[in-house]
Amino acid sequence: MAAIDYPLQRPKAEPGEFSFSETLYKWVATVDHKRLGLMYVASALIFLIVAGIMATVMRVQLMFPNGHVVGPDTFNRLFTMHGTSMVFLVGMPMVAGFANYLVPLMIGARDMAFPRLNSFGFWIFLLGGLLLYYSYLGGGGLSGDGSAPDVGWFAYAPLTERGFSRGHSSDYWALGVLVSGFGSIASAINVIATTFCMRCPGMTLKRMPMFVWVMLIDSWLIVVALPPLSAAQVMLLLDRYLGANFFNTQNGGSAVLWQHYFWIFGHPEVYILIFPAFAILSEVIPIFSRKPLFGRPAMVAAVVAIGFISLGVWAHHMFAVGMTSWSNTFFAASSMLVGIPTGIKIFNWTATMYGGRLRFTTALLFCCGFLFQFLLAGLTGIMLAVAPFDWQLHDSYFVVAHFHFTLVGGLVFGLFAGMYYWFPKAIGKMLDETLGKWHFWLFCIGFNLTFIPLHFAGMLGMPRRIYTYAPGRGWELWNFVATIGVFFQIAGILFFIYNVLRSTLRGQPATDDPWDGWTLEWATSSPPPEYNFEKLPVVRSSRPLWDLKHPQDPDWKWE
Amino acid sequence: MFEPALSVLLQTQVPNVHEFRITNIFKPLASPAAAERTAAYLVLAITAVIFVVVAGLICYTIVRFRRRPGDNELQEPPQVYGSNQIEAAWTVIPILIVFVLIGVSARVIAAIQNASPPPQSVKILLVGHQWWWEVRYPDYGLVTANEIHVPVSSDGKHATYLQLTSADVIHSFWVPQLAGKTDLIPNRINYTWIDPRQPGVYVGNCAEYCGTQHANMLLRVIAESSEEFNAWMSAQRKPANNSDTQLSAAQTVFGSLSCVNCHMIRGTSAIGAFGPDLTHLMSRQTLGAGVLVNNTENLRAWVNDPQIPKPGCLMPSMKLTGPELNQVISYLQSLK
Repeated sequence: MAAIDYPLQRPKAEPGEFSFSETLYKWVATVDHKRLGLMYVASALIFLIVAGIMATVMRVQLMFPNGHVVGPDTFNRLFTMHGTSMVFLVGMPMVAGFANYLVPLMIGARDMAFPRLNSFGFWIFLLGGLLLYYSYLGGGGLSGDGSAPDVGWFAYAPLTERGFSRGHSSDYWALGVLVSGFGSIASAINVIATTFCMRCPGMTLKRMPMFVWVMLIDSWLIVVALPPLSAAQVMLLLDRYLGANFFNTQNGGSAVLWQHYFWIFGHPEVYILIFPAFAILSEVIPIFSRKPLFGRPAMVAAVVAIGFISLGVWAHHMFAVGMTSWSNTFFAASSMLVGIPTGIKIFNWTATMYGGRLRFTTALLFCCGFLFQFLLAGLTGIMLAVAPFDWQLHDSYFVVAHFHFTLVGGLVFGLFAGMYYWFPKAIGKMLDETLGKWHFWLFCIGFNLTFIPLHFAGMLGMPRRIYTYAPGRGWELWNFVATIGVFFQIAGILFFIYNVLRSTLRGQPATDDPWDGWTLEWATSSPPPEYNFEKLPVVRSSRPLWDLKHPQDPDWKWE
Repeated sequence: MFEPALSVLLQTQVPNVHEFRITNIFKPLASPAAAERTAAYLVLAITAVIFVVVAGLICYTIVRFRRRPGDNELQEPPQVYGSNQIEAAWTVIPILIVFVLIGVSARVIAAIQNASPPPQSVKILLVGHQWWWEVRYPDYGLVTANEIHVPVSSDGKHATYLQLTSADVIHSFWVPQLAGKTDLIPNRINYTWIDPRQPGVYVGNCAEYCGTQHANMLLRVIAESSEEFNAWMSAQRKPANNSDTQLSAAQTVFGSLSCVNCHMIRGTSAIGAFGPDLTHLMSRQTLGAGVLVNNTENLRAWVNDPQIPKPGCLMPSMKLTGPELNQVISYLQSLK
């Protein structure tokens, strides 16, 4: 008996040619989860390039002491826009993009639960991003004070209050982030509803692909964690326009209150950002190791545990604000607890590779880069959780190095792995592996060259967010090397852009299942038709295509 | 290696006083920083072991289980789904490590935060401003700026206690070799303490982003023997010296300019409170919260247009005429 009931004739993508305006209309008016997913990823990549250029300017400024490439105001706007863009306009749409594209395909659904909400989410996110960048033109307001926001991505009060932030720059920051947050919440609600209501016959929660599990938890975290930020943005706007004085210390408000609001969102946020990488690794590593994910139940439990614990660690960003020794001890302890489930994840990925037959495609190379870098990021995270050590490291370049190791060395490496892995499915062409390996090695070397030295600069007392520094404090060498690394990273990214363009236009056509995959997205054509599956599949295990390909040894026998 | 070519601007070595410019957190010279280093060393040792073990395992796996040319492509490796014993092992061991680290953190946190001031300690109120530090000695009735003089505490018994607050936005006190960070927050008083073990100048930075000139909000802690500290204190408490008749013209010019709206010079009509107290300006090592060495040339450059060395700072260019500038400089240089 066949383990699974599949449409044997795959649906063909619809033929026909369209004029430019018809094509444009089809993309703008679409409610198809795959198109929206691609649009999310594409706009995130554009913001990634813009914010990456900003980072380059900052690194060039800091390459030598007393740098004069940009002035203090420009520099402060650069790091504010870089951080805000990377978190809200690159990380968040990447979450939404990957989830949108893959969740319905992986659970055998025809679309998301709420296609129009999905479309709303994308366009309002884009509006938020454009609002933020419009500040370069409109931030001055009538008085001509200011331009883009210059308050840092966590915009600590009272620096954002009227007394210290004239013009409209902080308004654009608050509105842009608030509006793009609506998009993220909409998309998260959609993912939750889709995974709970739209799974194909036979796909119990136990059989759901790990990618979908992680995205589900991620979406729950977004729904729980983003509203405090939205509330704080509204309170800030009330402060600025209606004299509410929540955070306005000049009138008795509390500066620490903003930090609590921000970080009760902000810490879960970093897990929201890293979870997609967890999700991608949990699919890519098994395929290229030719083994199922080791310890699946433990992996699910670890993600759920990280989700819960992450809601109770926010004040480790605030060890220096003068909390009581009891509070500091509590948040040090809860922060260290996160290390346990995170460790379980790294161990299980390694165990998945152990005993396998590793095929080092570009996607798996990026996963391996992730494992080493995320390990280091986790360990520096433990150092930061030890509050006395954090009193020294907090707000220094060590912290900058730490979170770039999680978000670039972790998230971005995971995203690249995902792009190399799913590009054939989404576009129907293979990405070139030789160019991919150039991309990987240049980016990996450049990344480590940039961010390893910054740990040492931080331990030598270099605070973050300084636009210049005097010579003679032992920071010159580390900053110089860090900037050299940036050029390697740029070269790597150029290889990636070239690879994507070249492969899209005249790459080798992809088969429906180029990697010998096990999850349902590989059971439909590449790229999938609008309705995904002609006939809804029925599954009996967590690896339905394995069952189909190995009728003598199907997974469901072991469930 | 780039130092010789680029270190033109800041050569702040003061004769006979050692300046600790390399603010390495692993070379502490006071109790809080030393306790933090102890915790740091323990964490570094534990995490280094974890890194070597786990990274080694990953390396071994990558090398040992890579696909080789002779492999049978059709043969899938054994399908292993997991192992409860192994999961339990790599859950329990990290839990034990975490408990050790929590214990250490709790002890060091309490040791630093719950220390009570000894009776003879000097107390300081440090007020953050965009982008300079107001240093108040309430017990002595003294207000100064940017350079914190404290008695050295070679026996560990003469700690200095600092109350921290801010006049505008959040700043953070960080002198890495003395103590980790404590924020200066408006509407709130925080506490920290330092007990420098060696005389010298300890360099620090504002460590919380506070606006345009956050980078040039530098801090100097000057630790000196009790005698030197007391001598400095009694000199600082005196009002400005106005007896020099040769300078009365210069003083008149200064008093006629809007400098007096922001700056205090005790014993004169300058009673501004917005900018740093200038009563004994020439006793300071730096200008503009550490951005320039305090010498005639730099003082002249600063007064002429502070927006050049410190763009965006809240002191405007006063557009003084040449003669006015000369008078102001000669008056300021009399404020010893």
